[in-house]
Amino acid sequence: MGRFHAHADGTMHTHDGHDGHDDHGHDHGQDRDVGDHGGYVETGATRVNVLQGILAENDRIAADNRADLVAAGVRTVNLMSSPGAGKTTLLRRTIIALGEQLRVGVLEGDIATSIDADQLSGLGATVSLVNTSNGFGGECHLDAVMVRSGLGRLPLADLDLLVIENVGNLVCPAEFDVGEAAKAMIYAVTEGEEKPLKYPVMFRAAEVVVVNKIDLLPHLDFDLGLFLANLHDVNPHAVVIQASARTGEGVDEWCDWLRGTAQAR
Amino acid sequence: MHEMSLCQAIADTVSAQADGASVRQVNVRIGYLRQVVPESLLFSWEVLTMDTPLAGCTLDVEHVPAVVVCAGCGARTTLDLPVLACSSCASHDVELVSGEEFLIVSMDVAEEVG
Repeated sequence: MGRFHAHADGTMHTHDGHDGHDDHGHDHGQDRDVGDHGGYVETGATRVNVLQGILAENDRIAADNRADLVAAGVRTVNLMSSPGAGKTTLLRRTIIALGEQLRVGVLEGDIATSIDADQLSGLGATVSLVNTSNGFGGECHLDAVMVRSGLGRLPLADLDLLVIENVGNLVCPAEFDVGEAAKAMIYAVTEGEEKPLKYPVMFRAAEVVVVNKIDLLPHLDFDLGLFLANLHDVNPHAVVIQASARTGEGVDEWCDWLRGTAQAR
Repeated sequence: MHEMSLCQAIADTVSAQADGASVRQVNVRIGYLRQVVPESLLFSWEVLTMDTPLAGCTLDVEHVPAVVVCAGCGARTTLDLPVLACSSCASHDVELVSGEEFLIVSMDVAEEVG
């Protein structure tokens, strides 16, 4: 598979190991670029500039989503975390707490099943489920197209706040703009102190990090101070809320943050 | 494992721009602060382009190091860890000048045989 080449300027290239193909006796009837340098163009080929973001199409649709949500007066939060960090439990509490003041919608992303959406139904929020297994190969994240289809099933004119519960995953959801106003993260103290350094993209993208399950702290070796230092190293601006979705501690503060977001429009 | 999605996005863009021409190689630029696994990206590219007009097309990935410039002392730091801090004075007041690239730079298109 990929081979790395360090260059004098400090950049590193990965080249597809297609040259290995020849060992298998394949003849594709054309010259292959098996060279080590990105600037090299094989004879008979012309380099054409593209200069387009890899996710440009996603970002274009995300901009459409954002425009529709803003036009409908809906503030939208993209909620991300590992599987099992407590997104759905916190959302249940949130819907109950905010239900009197804000009309809340939830766009629920799951690879399969409606278990989370079922847990949230009957609490007064409008829930739209997007099973990402309908996407290419069971996606590990929501992208702008999936969210667009989910938005079509929500009465945006009747909502004040929309929470997009992303697929449980610390890597992929962070890369995809779906049209939200803010990204939020839930992080459970059972996940260890070092994850901000291992999954910096998501921790950097989050405006707020809810540190969940703090009721378990007496039973764990989790070093809260070290975690907060690691978080600060990758994202000095993140708002931190310590909470327990199980006991309800910190839920008011989280709702205040959401409420502030909802009123900021 | 969003590399498959990324490859799909690359293939869609390249196919549209190539307009039927044979693409030998696609050149992309990805910053170190993007969580893309190179091996996974190249594997996904092979699988995704198999039995398509892009079959056999090479994906060339240029990795761009993450570099910050300190607002206080002006030092440039190439990051080994995703910690946005100045290696000279330890300040966190730094500006990221590279490392978030996520770009399809160019493609090498076969010249038509006259």
